[in-house]
Amino acid sequence: MLYIDDIGRYFLMIKMSFFKPSKWKVQRKLIFKEINDLIIESIPIVTILSFFIGGVVAIQTALNLSSPFLSKSLIGFATRQSVILEFAPTFMSIIMAGKVGSYITSSIGTMRVTEQIDALEVMGINPLNYLVFPKIIALLFYPFVITVAMFVAIFGGFVAMTFAGVPSEAFISGIQMDFDPSHVSYAYLKTILFAFILATVPSYHGFYMKGGALEVGKASTLSFVWTSIIIIIVNFIITQLLLS
Amino acid sequence: MIEIKNIKKSFDGSTIIQNISTTFEKGKTNLIIGQSGSGKTVLLKCLLGLHEPDSGEIIYDGVSNLNMNESDKTLLRREMGMVFQGSALFDSMSVIENVMFPLNMLTNRNEEEIREKAKIAIERVELSKAVDKLPSEISGGMQKRVAIARAIVMNPKYLFCDEPNSGLDPKTAIVIDKLIHEITKEYNITTIINSHDMNSVIEIGEKIIFMVSGEKNWEGTNKEILKTNIESVTNFVYSSELLKKVKKYL
Repeated sequence: MLYIDDIGRYFLMIKMSFFKPSKWKVQRKLIFKEINDLIIESIPIVTILSFFIGGVVAIQTALNLSSPFLSKSLIGFATRQSVILEFAPTFMSIIMAGKVGSYITSSIGTMRVTEQIDALEVMGINPLNYLVFPKIIALLFYPFVITVAMFVAIFGGFVAMTFAGVPSEAFISGIQMDFDPSHVSYAYLKTILFAFILATVPSYHGFYMKGGALEVGKASTLSFVWTSIIIIIVNFIITQLLLS
Repeated sequence: MIEIKNIKKSFDGSTIIQNISTTFEKGKTNLIIGQSGSGKTVLLKCLLGLHEPDSGEIIYDGVSNLNMNESDKTLLRREMGMVFQGSALFDSMSVIENVMFPLNMLTNRNEEEIREKAKIAIERVELSKAVDKLPSEISGGMQKRVAIARAIVMNPKYLFCDEPNSGLDPKTAIVIDKLIHEITKEYNITTIINSHDMNSVIEIGEKIIFMVSGEKNWEGTNKEILKTNIESVTNFVYSSELLKKVKKYL
């Protein structure tokens, strides 16, 4: 029963985020700030993680393709497919649920605890539009982060294979082998859905939290857990619908 | 002026406030006092429109809350200023940005006008030297003054303060009380303060409502409260040893 209540409140929160908009002059500043905080500041960690995970994916693939009858180009092919289909959109979104999601929950939760949200309400400002809407818009740029993750991870795989002695021509021809653009569309569709989840689920946990400073930490943890679970479930549904 | 008639508010079946009727006059500092859990905050939130009373009526300068739709309520809130217990300043904004915030959000004035108006409000609370500081860089008393400046910058008709001197030393608390009192007179606004600080009661309480278990138990002025013989009130007023000694000389 509690979960049904939460689900209803979550969708009402989303609806209210689009109502009674703040002035565009203010909204624009907030959107740029959120793009900086949520997108630009995520690029360094995404780059580092993607590079090394791309390398590990390539090494593990090479380990399993030890037969001389299998072409080395399959390493590049498998790395590309793993990165585009799963690693960049899904795995990276779960990491971002920890980074971006916790930031969103704790910043909104702290505003709740320190009565800043009450202050907005008393002024006659819609706090959901002021706080959540700019995050939803900023995360429309999330596919850019995932694009960076895709390129860097494949590059990480390339570097790892170069060090392992795999001819670079073989790896590059593998990357180009049997390329299906629909897989990229599938990845970006998932990414957009995950971006919406990343903006709204942590906002919900921050906005409706109760208690003090300790509860802000608990809300951040809970937000990470639920965002990850929802991302995994949505990932399964989309994959079932589009690739099954 | 705010008039309340028989308001009642319950949460999950338990009644928090009931049978409260009174008038908060314009240009006066009205205090709602009572022990923790007596329903002061719920009453204040009802007056602010953050809680909808289950029954009864709140009349703001002749306009009843019962005849207001959502947009009327939003407009009414823009005529209210609120000083929160913890100041509720926006951490990422400087003092002047905090004071400019309601003007930026709710008016169509240009940046210059907004800055000028915010500076006047900041000067009124004597914080001109701290305009560019962040809330974390100023003291609790200064934060309260910024909160007051932010509350009055829109020239509100009604000023609400939730325990404005909690967490402050007695001297700063009196300064804040006097500032609120002066602003009430200067701007001719209806000020309602939630407090359990006896200093505030004695210093600025032009009208006092004493609440017990969600009901109005007594009302009067700061002079009357010191002379009343109602046991619940005297137990509250003279709860400290110091005030018990003071009572002997009254």
